[in-house]
Amino acid sequence: MSQTLTVVVVEQNRDRAVAIVDALKESGDVDVFLIGNVSGLARKIATHSPDIVLIDIDNPSRDTLEELTIASGPMDRPVAMFVSGAAGGLAKAAVEAGVSAYVVDGLQSERIKPVIDTAIARFQVLRQMRTELEETRRALEERKLIDRAKGLLMKAKGIQEDEAYALLRKTAMNQNRRVADVAEALVTASGLLS
Amino acid sequence: MRTVTLPVGYMPLVDAAPLIVAREMGFDHEEGVSLDLRPAPSWSSLRDMLAFGQVDAAHLLAPVPVAMALGLGGMATPLSAVSVLSLNGNVIGVGTKLEQRLRDRGYQFDFHDAKAAGAALAQVADDPLVFGVPFPFSMHVELLRYWVEGTDLAAKQVEIRTVPPPLMARAVAAGEIDAFCVGEPWGSFSVDDQVGALLLPGRAIWTCAPEKVLAVRTEWAATEPHLLGSLMRAVWRAGRWLAKADSHTTASEMLSRQSYLNVPAELVDRALLGDFAISARGEQRHCNGFVEFFDGAASFPWRSQAKWIAHKLASRYGIDPKIAERQGAGVFRSDLYRDALGNVGADLPGASEKLEGAIPEATAVASTHGSLILPPNVFFDRRIFEPTE
Repeated sequence: MSQTLTVVVVEQNRDRAVAIVDALKESGDVDVFLIGNVSGLARKIATHSPDIVLIDIDNPSRDTLEELTIASGPMDRPVAMFVSGAAGGLAKAAVEAGVSAYVVDGLQSERIKPVIDTAIARFQVLRQMRTELEETRRALEERKLIDRAKGLLMKAKGIQEDEAYALLRKTAMNQNRRVADVAEALVTASGLLS
Repeated sequence: MRTVTLPVGYMPLVDAAPLIVAREMGFDHEEGVSLDLRPAPSWSSLRDMLAFGQVDAAHLLAPVPVAMALGLGGMATPLSAVSVLSLNGNVIGVGTKLEQRLRDRGYQFDFHDAKAAGAALAQVADDPLVFGVPFPFSMHVELLRYWVEGTDLAAKQVEIRTVPPPLMARAVAAGEIDAFCVGEPWGSFSVDDQVGALLLPGRAIWTCAPEKVLAVRTEWAATEPHLLGSLMRAVWRAGRWLAKADSHTTASEMLSRQSYLNVPAELVDRALLGDFAISARGEQRHCNGFVEFFDGAASFPWRSQAKWIAHKLASRYGIDPKIAERQGAGVFRSDLYRDALGNVGADLPGASEKLEGAIPEATAVASTHGSLILPPNVFFDRRIFEPTE
């Protein structure tokens, strides 16, 4: 039997997928296949007959993979989320990092570990990047809202920009709310009134 | 009073209503807890969040904790179903191709008669007839199989595939599946998306199917009985509020919010009122008691419900039904339900098991307050479930 592990990665985002696949290839003797389109997922996975399947925990298509845990599913070999014995801690770490791994029953944990460790590390980085990206996007949107609210106040009250901002801040403080929330309320209200 | 924050996981569905209402109406604070509701991207993730302790309680498909107790599905943390969150609430629908063929044969889409619907579908469906369901361990699968086995569909080659509900409409449109069984609002969503028509409410197959449960880790239930009691009472009060006729509008508005289901309130209304648009032509059908959260001791976790689920799973996966029923019955914790809700005015049935399928008309049974009216509990084929022992 070949010592090469076959790993299937399910990931729609191309950049993320490349990062994961590259890292896995460096982790040892593994064949890595990528599935980007989740339609007919169980069938596509079965054609590779993988030892390990990796998927982002936030991907709704994870539920399709649960079929693989049933022996009578589309794959001949039953697959388990490795939760028993020494690998139990690894599974918890994987879930916390945002990746779920489906592993063919009976694979020794020392063979799985390098792959899973790599996946955990990679997913953790990607998750952090995604969070940062979302925060940046939100910050940008909030900035736009605040600018619009400032503009509304300047026009309605005939005041300067710094005064408008001070007014927003003071209102937020008095109401124990975020400046962005006050700005949003103002923009919504003015939309209704106009 | 100091409130303890409880992380609780849920899937954004109409039947998560008791948890959302408990939070939004402040029933949680009345019990000294604060529900931190966390939406999950999939049932498997929700199950893992609960098993690994990221949440302390979860809105789960009733068969999930039972299957886990039987060693099915790869996860083994013992879970307890401490109450039933909802009875029924699923719909079966067909894609436009089958809808058209059914219409050509003069089928009326009565949204009521399961036997006739099965016969009509068997006449027009190709082999294999492929259904999409949200999860391999679900009442969707159990009700579908029960229906298929008891109708002319038994002669067809039926396949059931797992498709996440948000992708169901696309899978129908792409011809990957011919039909589906999903919980609301996804059935109505596919109608509004013009990819299919609704054939039956789940209730037409079994009038009292336990759909979702409130599940906790069994070990957590033992170490945190006070928190568990508070959680259960808050959810029970939410169910009682939902059962009031004048709550519907407010409930629909709450559920529809962006932070919860993020769909138009009108879509949620259909399930809560049982008034459905069943096709793109706008045909209206009504289903009484489409989803039930409270009345007739709906939230009581009957051991016999768990036995029914365990029996079905056992026969499909080659497990001894007697052992499976015993293991399954241990998951539905009528004992914990009695402990937590005995003192708040919940009318508790005297027994913890009933003959599933054996109540053709609403019937009074012995209870702590004298008598409790159990609603009709029948399968479409009028069979009665008898546990193996």
